[in-house]
Amino acid sequence: MQEKEVLYMKAVELENIVKTYSAKKSTVVAVNDVSFSVNEGEVFGLIGPDGAGKTSIFRILTTLLLADKGIANVLGYDVVKEWKTIRSIVGYMPGKFSLYQDLTVEENLEFFATIFNTTIQENYDLVADIYKQLEPFKTRRAGKLSGGMKQKLALSCALIHKPKILFLDEPTTGVDPVSRKEFWEMLKRLKTMGISIVVSTSYMDEAKLCDRIALMQNGQIMKIDRPQTIVDEFGKNLYAVNSANMFRLLTDLRAYPQTESCFAFGDKHHLTMKEDNPKMLNDYLTNAGHNDFNISKIEPGIEDCFMQLMKI
Amino acid sequence: MTNEIVIKTDKLTKKFGDFTAVNEISFEVNKGEIFGFLGANGAGKTTAMKMLIGISKPSSGSAEVAGFDVYKQTEQIKKNIGYMSQRFSLYEDLTIKENIQLFAGIYGLTDKEIESKGEALITKLNLQNESNKVVGQLPLGWKQKLAFSIAILHRPKIVFLDEPTGGVDPVTRRQFWDMIYEAADGGITVFVTTHYMDEAEYCSRVSIMVDGVITALDSPANLKKQYVAGSMEEVFIMLARKAKRGE
Repeated sequence: MQEKEVLYMKAVELENIVKTYSAKKSTVVAVNDVSFSVNEGEVFGLIGPDGAGKTSIFRILTTLLLADKGIANVLGYDVVKEWKTIRSIVGYMPGKFSLYQDLTVEENLEFFATIFNTTIQENYDLVADIYKQLEPFKTRRAGKLSGGMKQKLALSCALIHKPKILFLDEPTTGVDPVSRKEFWEMLKRLKTMGISIVVSTSYMDEAKLCDRIALMQNGQIMKIDRPQTIVDEFGKNLYAVNSANMFRLLTDLRAYPQTESCFAFGDKHHLTMKEDNPKMLNDYLTNAGHNDFNISKIEPGIEDCFMQLMKI
Repeated sequence: MTNEIVIKTDKLTKKFGDFTAVNEISFEVNKGEIFGFLGANGAGKTTAMKMLIGISKPSSGSAEVAGFDVYKQTEQIKKNIGYMSQRFSLYEDLTIKENIQLFAGIYGLTDKEIESKGEALITKLNLQNESNKVVGQLPLGWKQKLAFSIAILHRPKIVFLDEPTGGVDPVTRRQFWDMIYEAADGGITVFVTTHYMDEAEYCSRVSIMVDGVITALDSPANLKKQYVAGSMEEVFIMLARKAKRGE
């Protein structure tokens, strides 16, 4: 796979991008020397919490913000010199709902189509799947829509001019698990239509739905690769441990001398050990009075990898 | 464990015109419980929560929160609860100290209490060097931990948390839950909404709302057994997929 990639044109290229914001007394380095590239036709994920620098990168790539340093291209066009061209070929869905609240669903879509010199009819096939769910409410004002509907309308508006690349800034934040699942299914369909997608999220479980991901924190990239590769490179045995009293188990696991890391993960605790010896752990937990516990070796998820990288 | 009931609703309903946002929900929450209030977007969670914290009058049904009636005693309710949400928690352009003073003052603590409790809070969160910084400069995770600590500074009977961990990094998210456990252990009842299904597993009991109705309510273990699911995420998706109303 690796050697094939040279045949693709890069959808996005960033080289040593730096962006700082200065308030009265303090300076924040929002993007700290970030370089990466996105292949054409790829779903590329920027994964990280609030404050990682994801939005600044989106705004630089969509020509809405100037970087302090570095070079960035979108489909071969320079974000500074060729901003006009870029704006006509990208679709951008900002993290904050940015449609016109007092226009109706249909008016918003028509407005965005008109701005890009096209019509809803011309590219309807592209948005049909998504927009169909909104059509019963097309005379409702955008401001009166619920979160999930707003998100679908925003995606429709970002797509209506048939962009070559989509930038989606945290499209699923605050969205329930069912709507999140549906949203990712929509992205999969868009990918098959040849649209490159750069998407950010703070939900680590969405990372595995991307072709490649960049794990970000405090303006820097900790790791870029395919999700499976990142998981394969975890480099440690990971154990899921559960018992009847999960809260006490967490305290006991944290106090275990061989514990390297221990985090609560839903109905299990995830554990890595300095000396990898499950038998010894078994004895320790038995001695600590846990009788109904279970230790099993598991494959790490992206969230495990993220936390492991954070600690360095 | 005592079985004191701190929230009790009976057929609590809220209508907007001919739209029933919350449809006859009845449930009880025990003292010291971590109660997960789940539901899809548009299921009616926020509307229900607004009635419980005394800022929205129900259309029908009854509810008592911390022993007070949601129709007639909303001011007493507000004094006995804490509240924080992802959207609004603290004033960004006030310093940490000023935020503590403001909220503690609103919650009725004396100047002396504000001073001593505020200092203890700052020490506990390790914010000694930041206490004169404006909150807007803090990373989100710190803000949320601070907001939670402030929301329980007056030792309320119940604290309502509306998606407190959205967008927070995975390590801080877990530290936040440590704080929730500690509060619950100290007898504060925690009423929490979240879209992270791993967090649903940390709750003592969980309710799932679909189309304005509570369709499931039990401990995570029992819900998984009942719906033959491997995780709370599966349970949630099974139930929420049945939603008919267009949000």
